[in-house]
Amino acid sequence: MTSAATFPYILRLADTSLVLGQRLGEWVGHAPALEEDLALANIALDLLGQARLLLSYAGEIEGRGRDEDALAFLRDAAEFCNVSLAEQPNGDFGRTIVRQFLLDAWQLELYEALSGSTDARLAGIAAKAVKETRYHLRFSAGWLVRLGDGTAESHARVAAALEELWRFTDELLTPDAVDEEMAAAGVAPSLAGLRLRWEERVGAVLAQATLKRPAAASYLWHGKRGVHTEHLGHMLAEMQHLPRTFPGVTW
Amino acid sequence: MYTQALDSPQPPDLERRPGSPGGEPALERRFEERIERDEKIEPKDWMPEAYRQTLVRQISQHAHSEIVGMLPEGNWITRAPSLRRKAVLIAKVQDEGGHGMYLYSAAETLGVARAEMLEQLLDGRAKYSSIFNYPTLTWADVGAIGWLVDGAAIMNQIPICRCSYGPYARAMVRICKEESFHQRQGFEIMLALARGTQEQRAMAQDALNRWWWPSIMMFGPSDASSTHTAQSMRWRIKRFTNDELRQKFIDVTVPQAEFLGLTIPDAALRWDEASQHYLTGPIDWSEFKAVLQGNGPCNQERMQARREAHEDGRWVREAATAYAAKHGSRRHE
Amino acid sequence: MSDDWPLFEVFIRARSGLEHKHVGSLHAADARMAIEHARDVYTRRQEGVSVWVVRSSEIIASDPEEAEALFEPARDKVYRHPTFYEIPDEVKNL
Repeated sequence: MTSAATFPYILRLADTSLVLGQRLGEWVGHAPALEEDLALANIALDLLGQARLLLSYAGEIEGRGRDEDALAFLRDAAEFCNVSLAEQPNGDFGRTIVRQFLLDAWQLELYEALSGSTDARLAGIAAKAVKETRYHLRFSAGWLVRLGDGTAESHARVAAALEELWRFTDELLTPDAVDEEMAAAGVAPSLAGLRLRWEERVGAVLAQATLKRPAAASYLWHGKRGVHTEHLGHMLAEMQHLPRTFPGVTW
Repeated sequence: MYTQALDSPQPPDLERRPGSPGGEPALERRFEERIERDEKIEPKDWMPEAYRQTLVRQISQHAHSEIVGMLPEGNWITRAPSLRRKAVLIAKVQDEGGHGMYLYSAAETLGVARAEMLEQLLDGRAKYSSIFNYPTLTWADVGAIGWLVDGAAIMNQIPICRCSYGPYARAMVRICKEESFHQRQGFEIMLALARGTQEQRAMAQDALNRWWWPSIMMFGPSDASSTHTAQSMRWRIKRFTNDELRQKFIDVTVPQAEFLGLTIPDAALRWDEASQHYLTGPIDWSEFKAVLQGNGPCNQERMQARREAHEDGRWVREAATAYAAKHGSRRHE
Repeated sequence: MSDDWPLFEVFIRARSGLEHKHVGSLHAADARMAIEHARDVYTRRQEGVSVWVVRSSEIIASDPEEAEALFEPARDKVYRHPTFYEIPDEVKNL
C-alpha cells in the first residue's frame, strides 16, 4: 500500500545512507590507525548495502524503471533527499566521529521503529539495518567519549565540531508533510517520540564525553526536501563522473 | 616480491640484537635439521639472528606493501561507476588493510614493534613492493591491478603458506583464502570493459599497456642478480625463485589477455615450443631500480599520504591512550 | 603523550560448539576498542560468534626448550617484543 509520499520517504533513507557511506569511503587508507581504516570501511559497506536495498525498493515504487545505479548516478543534487548532516565534509577524524554519532543515534531509533513498519519490505530492510547500526553507534559513541574525555586537544576539536554540526540535527527530528503522512499510515514512526529518545541517548553520551550540549538551533534548509548545502554538488560530481561521461554502458 | 629490496643495506636498528652470540654451532645444526624436516619455527624457538632479520624485513615489507597498496585502489572508491563495483572495491581495500594487519602481527612475534616498522616505512628506510608507486589513472587501472597485481601476488603468496616460520605461514594461509575474490573482481572489470564500447576497450588496453611491465617486475630481479635468494630458499622462507614465479605468471596471464582480446605491450612476446613457455622481450631493470630508489611515478605521493595519515592521526591516538590511562583500560566496556 | 597502543592477542570462536582459537594480534587503546578491532579484522567473513582479547603481556607461555640456555626469561613474554621490557624514560638509546 503506497502513497505518493512513499517514494520520497524511502529516498530520504536511501540517500542518507548513500551519502554518508560515500563520505566514509573517502577515509580508506587515511585513518589514524590501520584498525580504524578497517572500522570505517566496515561502516561504509554497511551503509552502502542499506542504500542499495532502499534505492532498489524506491525505484520499484516509482515504477519508471530506474534501478539503484540510475538513481544513484543520474540524479542531480536537487533531487537527492539525504539529510544535510550526511553530506557535511569529513574534516578531521573528530568531526567525522561527531557526524557519525549524531546520525547513528538517529538511524538506530529510526530503524528500530521501522522494523515494525506496516510496509513489510521496509520492515525487513530496517531489521537488518538495526543490527548494523547498533555496531556503528557502539563505535562512534565509544570514540566520541574517548575524544571528548581524552586530551585537551581532542576535546577542543570535537567540541568545535559539535557546535558546527549541531544545527543540522534539527532536520532529523522535525517532521514535514511526508514524515507525517508516513507516520499516519504506520509506515514510519512519529518523530516526536523519536526526538525524545534521541535527545536522551545523545545527552548521555555527550555527558560521558564531557561535552557540552550545544544550544538548540533551528535550521530551515532541509536536505530531505532537496535543499542542500554546497557540499553535495561537489560530492556528486566526483561520484557520478564515470556513468555521466559514458552514458548507458555496462561496467 | 617482498624481497625486492633485501639486497640493499640493512637499516641500523635491525642489526644484531644484544645477547645474540655469533653462532652456536649445536643450536644452528639443530635449527637446520628442523628446517630439513619441514618443521615450523615458532616465536620462542631458537633461530639464527640472520634468519630472524631476513624474516623481519620480508614480513614487514610485505605488510607495508599491503598498506601502501590500499592507496592506488582507494583512489577510485569515490568514483566507482556502479554501487556494486563500489562495494566490492571497498571490501577489497579493506581486505588489504586486514592483510597488512595479519602481517604486522606476524612480524611483531619476531621482536619488532609495529610503531618501529611504521617509522621505518615513513622515513623511507623500509621498502614496499614497487608496483604501488604507479598511479591509477582510469577505472580500468582498478581492473588491471586486480587481474595482474593480485594475480602476481597470489602466485607469490601460495608457496609462502608453506614457509618455515609458523606465524608468517599462518598469516599467508589466511590471506590466500581471502585473496581469491581479489583477482576475480579485477578480471571481471576488465571483461566488462573488453566487451563494452570502443572507448571502454581502449581504456582497458591503455591500462594493460601501463601495468604489464611493472607487474612482471614485481617478482624482483632475475635470479642471477638476486644474492639473498639462495639463503632464503635454504631456510624455506622462499620456496621458488623470482624467475620461476615470474615465468609461471606470464604463462598463465598471456592466455587471459588473449581471451580479453587485449594485446600485451611486448612486441617480442612469443610462445617457445621447446620450453613450453611464453618468452618476453627484455625487461627494463633501470625503471625497476629507479622506482625502488624512490623515483617512480608516485613514490612521493604514496609516502606523503601515509605520513599525513600518521601525523594527522597522532592527536587521535594520543586521546585514546589518555582516555585509557584516566579510566583504566579495562573499563569502557 | 604516547600514541602507541598496546598489543592484544585475539581468540575467536568460529562457530558455536568450537573452542576459541588464536588468530593473531592487533593494537588497541582499551578493551572495548580491542573487541571492536578484533571483530572488524578477524570476523569479516562470518568467522566468529565470540571474541576474546588478551593483552599480549598477560600471556604466560611454556618454554619450548626447558633445558636450553636462552637469552630471555622463559616463563613469560610470549614474544621477543621490545615493549614488554620496562626501561625508565631517562635512559637513552634503548
